[in-house]
Amino acid sequence: MTRELPLLDAQSISKFYGSRSGCEEISFQLFSGEVIAIVGESGSGKTTLLNCLSTRLMPTSGSIHYLGRDGVARNLYQMSEAERRFLMRTDWGFVHQNPSDGLRMAVSAGANVGERLMAVGERHYGSIRQTAQNWLERVEILADRIDDEPRTFSGGMRQRLQIARNLVTAPRLVFMDEPTGGLDVSVQARLLDLIKGLVNDLGLSIIIVTHDLAVARLLSDRIMVMKEGRVIEAGLTDCVLDDPQQPYTQLLVSSILKG
Amino acid sequence: MYVAVKGGERAIANAHKLLAERRRGKRSVAALGLEQIVEQLSLAVDRVMNEGSLYDRHLAALAIKQARGDLIEAIFLLRAYRTTLPKLGYSTPVKTENMLIERRISATYKDLPGGQILGPTFDYTHRLLDPALAGEEAVFSLEEGPISPNNFVRVSDILAQEGLIEEDGRLNGAKPNDITKEPLDFPMGRDTRLQALARGDEGFLLALGYSTQRGYARTHPFAGEIRIGEVEVEYFIPELGYVVIIGRIQITECQMVNQFSGSAKVPPQFTRGYGLVFGQSERKAMSVALCDRALRANELGEDIVAPAQDEEFVIAHSDNVQATGFVEHLKLPHYVDFQSELDLVRTMRRDFEKAKDAVRSTACGLHEKQEKQKTGEVSSER
Amino acid sequence: MNDEVGDGEVLASYNFAYLDEQTKRMIRRAILKAIAIPGYQVPFASREMPMPYGWGTGGVQVTAAIIGPEDTLKVIDQGADDTTNAVSIRAFFAKTARVKTTMQTGKATLIQTRHRIPEEALTNDQILVYQVPIPEPLRFLEPRETETRKMHGLEEYGLMHVKLYEDIAKNGHIATTYAYPVKVAGRYVMDPSPTPKFDNPKMNQCEALQLFGAGREKRIYAVPPYTNVVSLDFEDHPFEVTKFEEPCALCGSEGAYLDEVILDDKGHKMFVCSDTDYCEKQQRKKMQNLGEEAKQRAFS
Repeated sequence: MTRELPLLDAQSISKFYGSRSGCEEISFQLFSGEVIAIVGESGSGKTTLLNCLSTRLMPTSGSIHYLGRDGVARNLYQMSEAERRFLMRTDWGFVHQNPSDGLRMAVSAGANVGERLMAVGERHYGSIRQTAQNWLERVEILADRIDDEPRTFSGGMRQRLQIARNLVTAPRLVFMDEPTGGLDVSVQARLLDLIKGLVNDLGLSIIIVTHDLAVARLLSDRIMVMKEGRVIEAGLTDCVLDDPQQPYTQLLVSSILKG
Repeated sequence: MYVAVKGGERAIANAHKLLAERRRGKRSVAALGLEQIVEQLSLAVDRVMNEGSLYDRHLAALAIKQARGDLIEAIFLLRAYRTTLPKLGYSTPVKTENMLIERRISATYKDLPGGQILGPTFDYTHRLLDPALAGEEAVFSLEEGPISPNNFVRVSDILAQEGLIEEDGRLNGAKPNDITKEPLDFPMGRDTRLQALARGDEGFLLALGYSTQRGYARTHPFAGEIRIGEVEVEYFIPELGYVVIIGRIQITECQMVNQFSGSAKVPPQFTRGYGLVFGQSERKAMSVALCDRALRANELGEDIVAPAQDEEFVIAHSDNVQATGFVEHLKLPHYVDFQSELDLVRTMRRDFEKAKDAVRSTACGLHEKQEKQKTGEVSSER
Repeated sequence: MNDEVGDGEVLASYNFAYLDEQTKRMIRRAILKAIAIPGYQVPFASREMPMPYGWGTGGVQVTAAIIGPEDTLKVIDQGADDTTNAVSIRAFFAKTARVKTTMQTGKATLIQTRHRIPEEALTNDQILVYQVPIPEPLRFLEPRETETRKMHGLEEYGLMHVKLYEDIAKNGHIATTYAYPVKVAGRYVMDPSPTPKFDNPKMNQCEALQLFGAGREKRIYAVPPYTNVVSLDFEDHPFEVTKFEEPCALCGSEGAYLDEVILDDKGHKMFVCSDTDYCEKQQRKKMQNLGEEAKQRAFS
């Protein structure tokens, strides 16, 4: 039996801003269909790491190999910008904390979902619209809102629309940056349910950044705890959260319980 | 009727005749001489030289006269003339430290070597209209002392001795870019940016500079030094192998001193915003310096949050010759594109009416049904 | 082409066709590059011209850089030779280059245009120079030059179709009527300048060289002769040319682009050809035909 290659293999990722470090010496592997949560307080470097992983930011050192659909693992940092951007709009998704960073607010919901399809050459209006419609239904947005602009949507709807926009090209890997941040608790719960359903249905791999351990517990298989730019503890989510080894993790976990 | 939109050569010729007539105005009033403009409207002349990018007082005065005092039009005239001139070479950098000072002030030091020299400034005048200027002016003459030949040390050099201010910027290549010869390319070097700012519209840059003071990209500026005076223009002649002085021009230089907290590599120190313009154009030089500093946000690792920091926004819109041309081109006929839009709006209105009719007839249908149930009658009206 | 000043007595201080030779060479280099990369916007160091930016300085610079004493120049604005700006530009070259000018499309070697392509098919010994206000087709979708340049470089044109999608979603059809974006030689998306989309098909496989000059925005681009120029659309909403319901009121042409002329203050109007040269030619032809018919009737 051949060993499965990781979808994403990060080695010694470090990012410095001048002499200040954003994140340091981070290595891990992500396998297909896996959800990894990166947790930590704000300023712990988790967003910097996410941006480095998604090549939105170039790290100071380190490498990431990504397993293409052709079964070949390539170093992301050595790809041309054209290749990287193609990857970003087809095989990847990125869900921003603030939906307006990931949506075109002045363009209809249908076009928001359809944009990626058009970017990869889909030229049939009817089928683009049909696909958009299906995706809107899938993320529980009523079909008659297809021609409305996201600025008329509620926060939760915007976030669901952003997810649909990302998933329309059937990406294999989705990056999420605090996707439930800024939402009411009940709206959060509904969104998490939706994400969980999509992960199961589509076999998505996800790297999610969150400060909310409850989100990590619900969604992720594995967890990495970051502090001051370094991963201080990592493992299966349930193990880490039920039996944290590091004092900092213990503090995080206990503060959740108290809160 | 059909002719109304087609101007034709005669209409243009007539319009130009009328323009010449209006420019001259009442014949009983003596015509303005260029010397009068050069001498008595000298700050207008300075502005036209600056934004027209050509140091020639008489041509600038001619442009002002020809443009009926419309300074942007005058700037345009001068630019269009300048573009046809052969470009022979570049002077060596002017040495503003050797300036023959007419005005020199610093807001950062109470006193400094060479002292504060107010010079011919509107500052501290009370802005009261002076009826005495309305008629013939009484002739008085000022006993002008000789302009001090002292080499006034520059305020930025005083700060630099202590290492409190960053060094003067250095050029990336051997010679500066030339925006009159090379296309503007974003992002641009500071040399290119300063050139563009130097010919930028005074009003536009003033407003942007002002916006930085009001908190849109605040940089805590101090007017380190403003100096106005004459500098020599030197030119290196390769055939001779040495530098010759080819003339003397009046310029205004402004060095803004701005706060900067430092970064990983650089200790906290003051940074500079720089403005250099032709003639006596203090407002312009200060505005340029504020904008220059704001536009260095990227270089200094500051967040870009305000219009004045946005290089594409500022530089692409600062040239008033470009701006006035494009705004005014809306006067040109656009009836071909307008025709397309007319057509489209008509089609869309037809669709809209059709849709409304459809809705109305369904609604009427319902209404009628209800009526019928009530009265047992059938209405014939829609 | 010969750049010597034809006659020294006129405008002694200005070079042939106004621009100095250095500048012309710079512009020609940009033009050559533009021809080599069809549809790509080549930056050039646009000069101030003696007419305002936005009034055709790009087109004038291109024309000035390529015009020679043997050329015959036609200038149109909105399709017409006698609109004020066309008159002014024609006069400019008549004065600074002393070239022959014409109003007849067939007789011109060089045609400078604003907002129209002549109705008469152009030939491979003609050059059409467009005046362009905003060369960037992506500009109103993405205001940043640095970003649009990247999008062109990486052929990321999804956004362009988003715009067309929105049109259809809102109006049931593509609501772009002029400056309708095209793809040139299968690679670059290009703004054809604010010509009505009616003219788009004329650009495709055109025999004449098409040059585009944007003075204020400092860009030159080109469509070489016999190049594919395809208007962007969807398979199920194909590009459609504007159709006029009635023929030209003056020459009776169908299938020409028409201007609406208001006749009185009661809203009466008529539609006439926007291409004045074409219209006159059709009127002459109509008169001739009528004459022929009358002659035949008389002799039969």
